[in-house]
Amino acid sequence: MSKVTSLVLRRMRTPVLVLVFAYTISIVGFVLIPGVDAQGQPWRMGFFHAIYFVSYMATTIGFGELPYAFSDAQRLWTLFCIYLTVTSWLYAIGSILSLVQNPAVRRASQETAFERRTRRINEIFYLVCGYGDTGELLVGSLARRGLRAVVVEEDPARLNDLLLANFPVDVPGLAAAADDSQTLIRAGLLHPLCGGVVAITSNEQANLKIAIASRLLNPKLTVIARADSHDTEANMRSFGTHFVVNNFDESADRLAMALQSPGMFLVHEWLTGIPGQPLARLVEPQRGRWILCGYGRFGKAVASQFVKGGVSFRVIEAFPEKTGAPEGTVNGRGTEAPTLEEAGTIGATGIVAGTDNDTNNLSIIVTAQELNPELFTVARQNQRTNRELFLAAGVDLIMERTDIMAHEVLALLLTPSLESFLSLARARGADWNNQLVSRLAAILDDLGPEVFSIPISAESAPAALGRLQEGGTVPLAGLLRDPRDRERVLPVICLMLTRGEENIPLPDSDRELQPGDRLLLAGREGSRRLLESGLANPNVLSYLLTGLDRPSGSIFRALAGSR
Amino acid sequence: MNLEKVVFAFFIILSLTATFGFVVGDFGDQDHHNVYELFAAVVVNLIATVLKFGDRSHIGAVLLATSLVADLHLIIAGVVWALATGGSGLAPGTAAMGAIVSLASGALLANGVSVILLVSETIQLRR
Repeated sequence: MSKVTSLVLRRMRTPVLVLVFAYTISIVGFVLIPGVDAQGQPWRMGFFHAIYFVSYMATTIGFGELPYAFSDAQRLWTLFCIYLTVTSWLYAIGSILSLVQNPAVRRASQETAFERRTRRINEIFYLVCGYGDTGELLVGSLARRGLRAVVVEEDPARLNDLLLANFPVDVPGLAAAADDSQTLIRAGLLHPLCGGVVAITSNEQANLKIAIASRLLNPKLTVIARADSHDTEANMRSFGTHFVVNNFDESADRLAMALQSPGMFLVHEWLTGIPGQPLARLVEPQRGRWILCGYGRFGKAVASQFVKGGVSFRVIEAFPEKTGAPEGTVNGRGTEAPTLEEAGTIGATGIVAGTDNDTNNLSIIVTAQELNPELFTVARQNQRTNRELFLAAGVDLIMERTDIMAHEVLALLLTPSLESFLSLARARGADWNNQLVSRLAAILDDLGPEVFSIPISAESAPAALGRLQEGGTVPLAGLLRDPRDRERVLPVICLMLTRGEENIPLPDSDRELQPGDRLLLAGREGSRRLLESGLANPNVLSYLLTGLDRPSGSIFRALAGSR
Repeated sequence: MNLEKVVFAFFIILSLTATFGFVVGDFGDQDHHNVYELFAAVVVNLIATVLKFGDRSHIGAVLLATSLVADLHLIIAGVVWALATGGSGLAPGTAAMGAIVSLASGALLANGVSVILLVSETIQLRR
């Protein structure tokens, strides 16, 4: 018996018992009290008539005195019974209504519904723990790609947002603490189609516990967890969490990349972005002296990148002792002109507004721009809703942690090989990346690319695999042609070819594929479908490679052979 | 002593005894079967059913099922009685009485199972 039914039945015991007693007393009374029939003869009501009369009396339907007019004694008893049975009904109905509104029952029925929806999922889904700004962005991006997610979020108000969000796919959500392993199991941790667990609640300890539970209960799952401190990060990695996203490090890392090589930054930004969204742009920052406002966790991560990159900088911090700011730190918030001037804003190249308060960050940027319009401005954006303000302030580079984190998690979930490609790209230096950026810009039409991975396997590329097994060759360039007109090239770039353990970044177009290869590609939205049609359909593939439109029926094939 | 257990066992056993009291006697003889006894059996059975609501254990589910079977039998017996007498309060004929008593015997069997379950559960408890 389900929890809800059991709970409802248990609560209904007393009201139903009261009704049974009231009816019994009334019915027995009518059977016992003597009456007279139409001829004035003594008559007694049978059980059948008594039940009939009490039924319509108790429900206040009131057909009248049937089958014969009542005697005074019967009327007196009726009077008593009306009050008895009608109040019993009111009590019973009241109990049912309060039961429906009972928080325990509602919670139980929500849980049951959630469990049922999760159990019925028949495609790959991802378990997202924590539906904050990042979670919302992540689930939304997954849904736009037609991928399912199951959400566990502790705050019921956030969960209401999920219910109101109009996603193209059904996203079950449960309001419960995600660090409870029972909740995780209910949310489909052990479901055979669960593709991965993402622990991005704002509580680091909860994330740690989710990661541990997932690793122990279902070791084959990909686990991605958010960490805010290096301790937790190390702890998570120690028991095999696949990817740990540390949002302060991640943001600082992006900034360092932007300073070191804008090309590298753009490659990273574009490939992990959302398909179809406008591409990020970047004005190249100059090397020189920087000012860093706020020496919290973000500030420290940025400072360590500055030190690593050999950038000279000066810190402005309101509580230098508490945060352990370096020597030469200017004491102040950075929101007022004198502090900024003291830190040398007028001669500086760039400023990073990295406090945990968006209003202060905006104020820092605006004040600094007034002092030095040439300044390259970088702002940390904490609240997702403040995006318009930062855009309006004309900030050169906005560091929005939810955005960065959601994109990172999405890339890790959907195309794990992208991570290897991006680290290869970083090792290649600025020129290589700049070339890649111009190649990408040429095909992309200013909209974010779709990044996808295709293995040359029987499942995803049967035609290509068949041709290879028959002894034919499949050069990469052949696949990247348009199946509608092979003279045209698809707007797709092969980013990386994985063969066994080897990763080959940007393989030559005349390279020949082998069974078991994995391709990582980036292309304009919609090009994936065209490319896959060539890999799956032998006729399309043969047209792409040879230019011949091969007849598909056996008769025409025989004719073509004899000709 | 748990008052809930007392009430629970009381009604389960009472439903068996009330049904038995109605059934016992010559099968088709209308003098041996009293309409009040049938009514009492129906009411006691309904109460026993309600008391079994909401028990999530397996034995609770089986207990509820036996009670529902007994209710079904007894209510049909009551309906047969009402139809046979036309609601006149007179006794039904021998044929109708046979049908009523055999239906009630079914309920008696179901109530017997109920009591056996109750007893076996009590013995398992050992305290």
